[in-house]
Amino acid sequence: MSQQVLTSTGDENLPFFLPDVFETWFSKNGWQPRAHQLELLAHTQAGQSTLLIAPTGAGKTLAGFLPSLVELTQTPKPKPGEARRGIHTLYISPLKALAVDIKRNLEKPIDEMALPIEVETRTGDTPVSRRQRQKLNPPQILLTTPEQLALLIANKDASRFFEHLDTVILDELHSLVISKRGHLLSLGLSRLRTFRPELKTIGLSATVADPDELRRWLVPQCPTDEIALSQFVHLQGGAKPEISILKSNERIPWSGHSARYAMPEVYEAIKKHQTTLLFVNTRSQAEMLFQELWNINEDTLPIALHHGSLDVAQRRRVEEAMQRNALRAIVATSTLDLGIDWGDVDLVVHVGAPKGASRLAQRIGRSNHRIDEPSKAILVPANRFEVMECQAALDANYYGAQDTPPLVEGSLDVLAQHVLGSACAGPFSAENLYQEVVSSAPYATLNREMFNKIVQYVATGGYSLKTYEQYAKIKENADGTWRLSHPSFAQRYRMNCGTIIEAPMLDVRLTRKRGKTSAFRGGPVLGKIEEWFVESLVPGDTFIFSGQTLRLEAIQEASCYVSKASESDPKIPSYMGGKFPLSTYLADQVRGMLADPEKWKNLPPQVGEWLEIQKLKSILPARDELLVETFPRGDRHYLICYPFEGRLAHQTLGMLLTRRLERVKARPLGFVATDYAIAVWGLRDFSKMMQNGELSVDQLFDEDMLGDDLETWLDESFLLKRTFRNCATIAGLIERRFPGKEKTGRQMTVSSDLIYDVLRSHEPDHILLQATRIDAAHGLLDIRRLGEMLSRTRSRIVHKALDQISPLAVPVMLEIGKESVVGEAQESLLQEAASELVDIE
Amino acid sequence: MTAVAKQHDNCPVEIQFRDQRLFVDPRGSLFWPEERLLVISDLHLEKGSSFAAHRGVFLPPYDTHTTLEALALCITDWQPVRVVSLGDSFHDESASTRLPQSCKLRLRQLMENRDWIWVSGNHDPKPPEDIGGTFCSELQIGALNFIHEPRTIYRDGEIAGHLHPCAKIRRRGKTVRRRCFVADDKRMILPAFGAFTGGLNVRNEAFDGLFENHLLRAWMLSGAEVYAVNGKALVR
Repeated sequence: MSQQVLTSTGDENLPFFLPDVFETWFSKNGWQPRAHQLELLAHTQAGQSTLLIAPTGAGKTLAGFLPSLVELTQTPKPKPGEARRGIHTLYISPLKALAVDIKRNLEKPIDEMALPIEVETRTGDTPVSRRQRQKLNPPQILLTTPEQLALLIANKDASRFFEHLDTVILDELHSLVISKRGHLLSLGLSRLRTFRPELKTIGLSATVADPDELRRWLVPQCPTDEIALSQFVHLQGGAKPEISILKSNERIPWSGHSARYAMPEVYEAIKKHQTTLLFVNTRSQAEMLFQELWNINEDTLPIALHHGSLDVAQRRRVEEAMQRNALRAIVATSTLDLGIDWGDVDLVVHVGAPKGASRLAQRIGRSNHRIDEPSKAILVPANRFEVMECQAALDANYYGAQDTPPLVEGSLDVLAQHVLGSACAGPFSAENLYQEVVSSAPYATLNREMFNKIVQYVATGGYSLKTYEQYAKIKENADGTWRLSHPSFAQRYRMNCGTIIEAPMLDVRLTRKRGKTSAFRGGPVLGKIEEWFVESLVPGDTFIFSGQTLRLEAIQEASCYVSKASESDPKIPSYMGGKFPLSTYLADQVRGMLADPEKWKNLPPQVGEWLEIQKLKSILPARDELLVETFPRGDRHYLICYPFEGRLAHQTLGMLLTRRLERVKARPLGFVATDYAIAVWGLRDFSKMMQNGELSVDQLFDEDMLGDDLETWLDESFLLKRTFRNCATIAGLIERRFPGKEKTGRQMTVSSDLIYDVLRSHEPDHILLQATRIDAAHGLLDIRRLGEMLSRTRSRIVHKALDQISPLAVPVMLEIGKESVVGEAQESLLQEAASELVDIE
Repeated sequence: MTAVAKQHDNCPVEIQFRDQRLFVDPRGSLFWPEERLLVISDLHLEKGSSFAAHRGVFLPPYDTHTTLEALALCITDWQPVRVVSLGDSFHDESASTRLPQSCKLRLRQLMENRDWIWVSGNHDPKPPEDIGGTFCSELQIGALNFIHEPRTIYRDGEIAGHLHPCAKIRRRGKTVRRRCFVADDKRMILPAFGAFTGGLNVRNEAFDGLFENHLLRAWMLSGAEVYAVNGKALVR
């Protein structure tokens, strides 16, 4: 047995205890326990919660479980007749698949050391019978997800179920904390601490910009005291990955996201490596890349496709083939982002813009599970701006810069869900629940007044018109505690619990029938596809899905029926932009690159030349400046600006600019936004208007647009309605749509848009509208980032009037026509449809 | 406030149906000048409180108020002597008893000095309590026949509700969906008027056999405008 003192990454000498059986097991496998594993063991044995940041391949999972395995080995087995000890360790991961994977990895040491420890998973896929059994007869280690934890604590027996809980392990913490799932989890964690004040937490994370945010997350916060932090074990990241940008002899396109030009070179790279992982940002890009590679796959290399919309069975087959090293390449979206073990990948190819330096590092980390060998990655930019973005990400990797976004405060809709869940577990005192809630880091600054509003909202909807008192969901008892007014609400809670709101999806079913047969039935399911996408097609249209070209035959109930098509030019899903906007850090780096010709040497010559011509014909703005160009083209006039703040913030800015231009009678017609720039076009000569003082850039971009203009626009914005729908669903105002139950007729449900309109005109300060605005500020509208940009560039706007389009403007100009403005466009479509009627008559 | 300004520019369109001159109001009502008669359908009053009473879902309790104010605008514009509410006027049988006092007063005010006919619907098979007006299961006036649920057997001049028609068009890969009036040469179905009433696509099976497809036409309601669209342009 080893009982020693070690010094590694920490400054302290930490005592730890590792039983002989573990020592023997390590050496039998030819290993030695690593310093960070022992350090984490020491902290946990001292009763301290700890954050472990370590690169992939460093034995992070084993490090996380080691303290529990050691302690459970030391706990004597219960004698016959003695009550079982219940759950000792709860492991929570963002992915169901990860829980399953971890179970497999944990069973190895447990079996090899013959430890008396039971490990089980509990996810949405776990059969009801097993879940029931787990409640009566729980394993010592339970592997589960945030949603399952929420369900477990909303149970009457929760405190007994967790009475022996000792440790909670939170895996992939960096990805959990950024979402509403993270908020739900943080509230669950606080509840567990109420049951077990001595509870220890272990957070496992990839490298992030601000580790202290995660350290706060792991320990209870006290509003009156200083910020509390957990212990921290940081293993600096092994060998630095070798990243390069694909050196292509082909012409790099101005715009677009397909990177088709680079396919032969990507294929050559696949041929030279054992197994290549190809990452893209969206599902449609994955489909396209897969198709392109097979078009040139002369050696018929086994190349597979993997994304979240494919049928589960098909995904499992790909994963299995991957583990057997039977594949040479796999095209994937973020479904493979998280730490599942993926055989021997020796090359990662990232097609398209990386969007963030940390994001890229995490993806590349996937490729190599041996810490001491460098991972190898190639970036393939799809257009010229992406070349600069890739270069910036590459530089960031070299300096080890991190750009994970700062965490946001806990959202109110999630809190409402939690309050109802609390009542499902039994009567609660508002004061105690409030104290519990503010002990979790995301809600540490929540004031009591807001909390009370949420409780009122849960009880009767929180309206100033008190008409629902008699139907209250939770009621106050004489002793001041709140109880559920009817048990059926607990059942409804269980059906609506969780924070993931998925777009309605249809099954894609393969059929042999074609044309106007009325009855389509059965057929194998290829996967799921978004309803909105299928709705934009007409029968006979072709698209790529699951690596095949398919022809839409019919939509019936919750399925869309497709047949195999041979068309060479399918109508593919339109690129919806990545889910993630360009990170603030990378944007700043790209602006810096643009301003400094010295840095162009690292870029491909054609990109350098492009910037040279821009400098000649127009202006290259300094790093802190905002360039605005105006020029005529065809019978229209254009205004282009280059904020580099990401597509979401640009969309908002585009809307606001259009409104302002309308007000000064510049007669704008529309705009288009990319991650890098915005183009607005209209009928009047913008340059001339600026010359004669009718229009001023400083006024046009004044920060005050975030006041009234924003408010007025928000009132009509479909983006805000979408945000409201998510908030209202999570907060329980709208019940979820369940597959199969939708048939009862859409006219019977109440659309969230109608609710939004009524609520906004009658009670604009309602708590759910407040929650919606807070969400929108950093979500779909990215108002926060827009505000920062406007204040940064104040009086640093440079305007250049041009006779014709500038080189820098070409990419965004090429996007025009591919997208249109939503609001007005709908009216013009209706006008078109109506005028056709006249033609017919 | 452009939204408010638009409401004042309400642009109804005149149509011919069974040789009668009718006006389609973008708010969702139908006016028959010859009879000075206004028709609305599927008000679903107190739908919000019905969700609260039966499911513990607390929708904003302002739907009845909103619906009645929209109806008041129609009445001010058209000054009808007779109003026909085409069934499902109340969301459930006890809805009229749940009407807030202010709404009850507002409704009585609207009903004052005019004939008010409640046609029965599947949601409100019985007359509302303590509200007044005439109650019937169907109504024939001149060439037009008013009933809640469209009959399966074809009937000339039938004006019905019940189905909450919505029409969808598709152009350049984008779709637009709106509440609508839908008709062929014999039958017309009104959109739902109530603030919380959803819609059903006219291409849904529920509409099968109700119209002569080649004569189908929809009047789509969008803001202050009505767009007449040929049935051929409508998609699922």
